[in-house]
Amino acid sequence: MSRLDELFARCRAQNRAALIGYLPVGFPTYELSVAGMLAMIEGGVDAVEVGVPYTDPGMDGPVIQVAVDVALRGGSRVAHVFDAVRTVSEKAPVVVMGYWNPVERYGPARFAKDLRAAGGSGAITPDLIPEEAGPWIEAAGAEDLDPVFLVAPSSTDERIGVVGRTNRGFVYAASTMGVTGTRATVGSRAEELVARTRAQTDLPVCVGLGVSNGDQAAEVAAYADGVIVGSAFVRALQDEGVDAVRTLARELSEGVRRRAPSS
Amino acid sequence: MTTFLTAGSAQELPDASGHFGPYGGRFVPEALIAALDQLGRAHAEAQQDPVFLGELDELLTNYAGRPTPLTEAKRFAAHVGRGARVFLKREDLAHTGSHKINNVLGQALLAKKMGKQRVIAETGAGQHGVAMATAAALFGFECTVYMGEEDTRRQSLNVARMRLLGAEVVPVSTGTKTLKDATNEAFRDWVANVETTHYAIGSVVGPHPFPMIVRDFQRIIGVEARQQLLDRTGELPHAAVACVGGGSNALGLFHRFLTDESVALVGCEAGGDGVGTGRHAAPLTAGTPGVLHGARSYLMQDDDGQTLDTTSISAGLDYPGVGPEHAWLRDAGRATYTGVTDTEAMAALEVLAKTEGILCAIETAHAFAGAITWIRAQAEDDRVVVINCSGRGDKDVDTAARWFGLA
Repeated sequence: MSRLDELFARCRAQNRAALIGYLPVGFPTYELSVAGMLAMIEGGVDAVEVGVPYTDPGMDGPVIQVAVDVALRGGSRVAHVFDAVRTVSEKAPVVVMGYWNPVERYGPARFAKDLRAAGGSGAITPDLIPEEAGPWIEAAGAEDLDPVFLVAPSSTDERIGVVGRTNRGFVYAASTMGVTGTRATVGSRAEELVARTRAQTDLPVCVGLGVSNGDQAAEVAAYADGVIVGSAFVRALQDEGVDAVRTLARELSEGVRRRAPSS
Repeated sequence: MTTFLTAGSAQELPDASGHFGPYGGRFVPEALIAALDQLGRAHAEAQQDPVFLGELDELLTNYAGRPTPLTEAKRFAAHVGRGARVFLKREDLAHTGSHKINNVLGQALLAKKMGKQRVIAETGAGQHGVAMATAAALFGFECTVYMGEEDTRRQSLNVARMRLLGAEVVPVSTGTKTLKDATNEAFRDWVANVETTHYAIGSVVGPHPFPMIVRDFQRIIGVEARQQLLDRTGELPHAAVACVGGGSNALGLFHRFLTDESVALVGCEAGGDGVGTGRHAAPLTAGTPGVLHGARSYLMQDDDGQTLDTTSISAGLDYPGVGPEHAWLRDAGRATYTGVTDTEAMAALEVLAKTEGILCAIETAHAFAGAITWIRAQAEDDRVVVINCSGRGDKDVDTAARWFGLA
């Protein structure tokens, strides 16, 4: 049983959703990014999504684009990601979130080996689909890492089935058609997508894209196994610093325990 | 070369999953897969649909002005020497002033077939953006064009043209503020609006099926040029030469010649300040395989897989990636690729203008410079070369005037 499996089992026993928080390594500095990840955990985040900065983050909105640009200009390297994973995974399960080219360039087998050695549990690959992921699935399998592919509202049931059979750990359900960023409302299509995903797989289904406050977390927690928050943490760290990250984590953590009935 | 020939299926590539050997594929967020599948089906149906093909042919003939002429450049050839004969495939004379019209008319028809009323595009030099804005006006589509902020300055004429045609031009100020970042923004728009919007990629790049679709709509360049050459000279040329940014005008010219083994295919990349300086945009000449904008191909990247900044006087070639089919042709040895510096390109632009009265785009000037080098490097005299004169240079008058100290 992987650390992620244990986490989701524990959350289920507590009748709540898991809270997963994202920050990219090196924003605004390496030290502050790791401090932000640790503050998230103190505030109640159950697992950390450690972002690998990339020059061309096609699935990210302006908040994360600017953050990874700052990280790269500050000299953030793929090797630093493993340092961050090593520190953060002492406190909570860690998945990395990385676009494919830096992983391919590093070497899928070497990336998996170093991620495992650093204590990582898996990886979310937003621009990699199972059909193109042969080398990564093999590398992750060899190191007992959980590969996490995405489903989207536009995915056919057949494709959701492929993702469900390929993934381990959980399925990342993109709540809406669009890029990352905070939104006034989480798309109504998210609940339907979670239901369609559950019909194809027994893996936990976590919803990302658009959640930024406790009420939204509660709304999503009513139907999903996990709530993923990224841009809101980046913005908190950028605007107000590490303490604001901890405060936001507390609010979201309260939200995933509230499980408000969906409207 | 052997690899390429024994593959035997060059005309049939990509394979069903969109691969040209190890290149191509689909490296995009899952949200786009349904739209890519829909587009692939629409294109496959269209290729078998006499009504669709008839509409496209009618537009290409009576709207775009095809077939474009093949002009023998005798004074240019005399300047080059060695008894060479040089023929220009005059895509600069197609409507909107470049080969880009071939692709947008095809993609606009596909968008109509798919019931999409909004089109978006990325553009570097603005030639694809102008072509897309033109087709959108003709079809009554809403049109948004993403263009790097730096490119909106150096190609301001084309920004004005797009706006006059009714398109919204969105300057992109992220990253390097050039074509790469405009492409990122276009993809982000598409993910959010994919159900109502067609993303008309302007080159043979991006996730499958785009590299195949754009090639299929551009290959008319080589089909016409090959027949025109045979009619005029009775023989195939010794070489076909074109500039390569993403690579659509080059693949458009090359594709019909792929099985004509005697024809050398020469792609001219942007060598910027010189391929050896690192300040260039020549991934096939000096890059490594990797994934960018949805496909695996050669690209300019660092050891961490981060995309490198590019340098070129030509906004249309100032791009760190290249179409996956070019990567395949390079590895197979069927085409060769070379870097042409800013200085060499501008010198060729001046020679062409003063010997033939043709002011070509700076992108296109790279092909002329590459052809001069190729002809002079051959052991034998009397070579026959066809150059894709892919675009006209009105948009570049300010840049060229400054370069030559005429402003």
